[in-house]
Amino acid sequence: MLEIKNLHVDLEEEEKTILKGVDLTVEAGKVHAIMGPNGSGKSTLSYVLSGRDGYEVTEGSATLEGEDILEMEPEERAAAGLFLAFQYPVEIPGVGNMTFMRTAVNAQRKARGQEEMSATDFLKEVRAKAKDLKIDADMLKRPVNVGFSGGEKKRNEILQMAMLEPKMCILDETDSGLDVDAMKLVAEGVNALRSEGRGFLVITHYQRLLDHIKPDVVHIMSEGRIVKTGGPELALEVEKNGYTDIVAEVA
Amino acid sequence: MLPVRKHQPSPQKQEVTETRIAAMQMPDGGAWATEARGAAVARVRKAGLPARRDEYWKFTRPDSLTQVEAPDAALFDAGDEIVFGSIDALKIVFVDGVFDAEASDDLSLEGVTIERLADAGAKDIHWARDLYGVLEERGQSHVDRPLAALNTAYAGDGIVLHVTGRVSKPISLIYHHKSKTSDAMLHHLVKLEEGAEMTLLESGPAAARFNKVMEVDVADEASFHHVRVQGRDHERRAVTHLFGRLGRESSFKSFTMTANGVMTRNEAVLELTGDDATAHVAGAAMGDGDFHHDDTVFVTHDAERCESRQVFKKVLRNGATGVFQGKILVKPGAQKTDGYQISQSLLLDEDSQFLVKPELEIYADDVACSHGSTSGAIDEDAMFYLRARGVPREIATDLLTLAFLAEAVEEVADEALRDEVVVLLEGWLVRRRG
Repeated sequence: MLEIKNLHVDLEEEEKTILKGVDLTVEAGKVHAIMGPNGSGKSTLSYVLSGRDGYEVTEGSATLEGEDILEMEPEERAAAGLFLAFQYPVEIPGVGNMTFMRTAVNAQRKARGQEEMSATDFLKEVRAKAKDLKIDADMLKRPVNVGFSGGEKKRNEILQMAMLEPKMCILDETDSGLDVDAMKLVAEGVNALRSEGRGFLVITHYQRLLDHIKPDVVHIMSEGRIVKTGGPELALEVEKNGYTDIVAEVA
Repeated sequence: MLPVRKHQPSPQKQEVTETRIAAMQMPDGGAWATEARGAAVARVRKAGLPARRDEYWKFTRPDSLTQVEAPDAALFDAGDEIVFGSIDALKIVFVDGVFDAEASDDLSLEGVTIERLADAGAKDIHWARDLYGVLEERGQSHVDRPLAALNTAYAGDGIVLHVTGRVSKPISLIYHHKSKTSDAMLHHLVKLEEGAEMTLLESGPAAARFNKVMEVDVADEASFHHVRVQGRDHERRAVTHLFGRLGRESSFKSFTMTANGVMTRNEAVLELTGDDATAHVAGAAMGDGDFHHDDTVFVTHDAERCESRQVFKKVLRNGATGVFQGKILVKPGAQKTDGYQISQSLLLDEDSQFLVKPELEIYADDVACSHGSTSGAIDEDAMFYLRARGVPREIATDLLTLAFLAEAVEEVADEALRDEVVVLLEGWLVRRRG
C-alpha cells in the first residue's frame, strides 16, 4: 500500500535534516505504529507524506499503490487515497463543517472521475457516521473545528476519515489531548474503519493508544530513522523502559 | 470642542468647480425644490469639488468623478444573473438614470406613498421639502461632501418614499446601464414615520458614471433595512452618499455588496439623534486589477445608549485597491454609546493594497467604542488542511474567501436576502475562477 524507501528530508527554511533514510512499508489491511521520542521526525514524516510546504525531499521515494506521491499536490494525494488525521486540526471560522466535508467528498470524487454525491445522500451518510462518533447536529453545523474541544476535534478528524474512505490513513498523535473516554471513542471509530483494503500508520508518543488500536507492527523512530521494528510487544517495552534503552541498544 | 473648519477652495479648485457647474443643467421643478437646489449650488461653491490633495480624498482620486465628461464605460453582460430574483418586491427601474415606467411595477403599495422626485418638486409635499438636501447639508458639518451637494443641486429624478406603516414587501430599485457614455444622478428621499418599517433594495451598475444620494429620515421606533448590490460592471464609476438620521429606538441597517468597478466611493453618514437607536452599516467587496473601492463612513452619536456597527470586508487581487475611512464621533452627553468598527482585507497577492483610516473622536466619558483593522493573506494552515482533504487550491481559496466575508454578510438580518447575497457571491466566485 504505502512504500517509503530511504527517505531523506530537510527543512526548507533552515539547514536542517530531519529524516535521514526512512524505510517503511505498510501493507493493505495492516496497522503499523510509529513510536519515538519527541523530535525524532514522526510528525515530519506525516507532513511530508501529505504534502505540506516547507520540507524538501533530498533522497528516496514514497509511493502509494505504486504511484509516486511526492510529486503530487496535497489534494491529488488525498484523491489518490491518502488521509492524514492532524495532530492539531485547523480551525476555519466561517466555513461550515458540513459544507467543508461535502466539498471535500465531492472534490475527491470529481478528481477520480466519479459522480458527485447528492446533498440528500451526503446528509444521510454524514448523519449516520456522525452518530457512531457521538458527533451531534450542532457540531456538524458549526464552523470547522471552531470552539471544538480537543476530543471533538479528533472525533471530527475520524468522521472526515469515515466520509472520505481513504486507502491509507495516517494518524498523527491522535491521542494527544484526549482523556481516556475520548480516546476510546476515537479508537472505536478507527477500528470500525479497519478493513482488508486499508492501511494504517499510527504515530504516537505513548503506548496507551495502542491498547485501543491494536497494531500489527510497531516501529521505533529515533533521529530521523526507524531504529527498531517488532510486534505489539515492542510498544509494551517502550511503556516499561522508555525510549532511552531501546535507542541506546541499537546505537 | 469640536473642530471648526476654515478654508477656501484654491483658485484651481474653483476653476474645476465652476467648469462643472457651468456644464450642469438645473432640472425644472417647483418652488421648494428650486430653492433647495440653489442652496446646494452655494454649498458646492463654498467647498469646491474634491481634489486629489484633499485629506478626505487621500486614497481615492476624485478626478473622474468631478470632471465634466464621464469616462466611457463598456457595457457588461451579466448573463442570466438576476439579483434578488427570489425576492417578491415592488420593482422600480431606472435605465442610465432615467425612470422606466414600462419596466417598473405600479407605484402603489400599502404602508408607503411612492412618488418620483421629478414630479414631487411641483407638488407641495411638505415633508419632502423638509428633507430634500437637509440631511445632506447636515452631513457637511464636519467634512465637506461636495459631490453630494452637487447631486442635491442637479439630480433630476429619484424616488420619494413616505413610509407610514409596515411595508409588506421590499421596494427594489433596479439600475440598468445601457449606454456606455451615460452620466446619471439620482436623489432618493425616504421618510419613515414613527414605528414604520421598510426594506429597500438596490441593484445594478446604473450608468457609466453614477452619482447617487439617498437621504433617510428614520423616526422614533421606525426601522429601515437596506441591501444593495453593485454588480459586476467593471468600467462603471460611482459615488454614492447615504445619509441617515435616527430617532429614538429606531433601527437603520445597511449592507452593500460590490464586485468589480474601477471607481466606487460609497459614503455613509449616519446621525443617531434619539436615545437607544441602532445603526449598522456593512459592506463586502471584491475586485481585481484596477478595481478601486472606497468605503467612507461617518457615524455621529448624539444621544444616549445608542449602538453603532461598521463591518467592512474587502477581497483584493492582482493589484486591486481597497479603501476604508471610518469614523465614530461621540458628542458630549452621548453616554453609554456602544460603537464598533472593523475593517479587514483579504489580499490574495502582494500587488494589492488596502488603505485604511479608522478614527474615533469621543467627547463623552461613559462609552464603549472599539475599532480594528487587519490586512492578511489566506491562512496557509487552513489552506493546507482543505487541500489535504482533497479540495483543490482554487476551490479552497473561494471557500476561505466566503468565510472571510461571512461576518459582513451576517449583517443582513433577513434570511431570504442573506441567502440571495450568499448565492450571488458564490456565483461571482465561480465565474471569477472561470
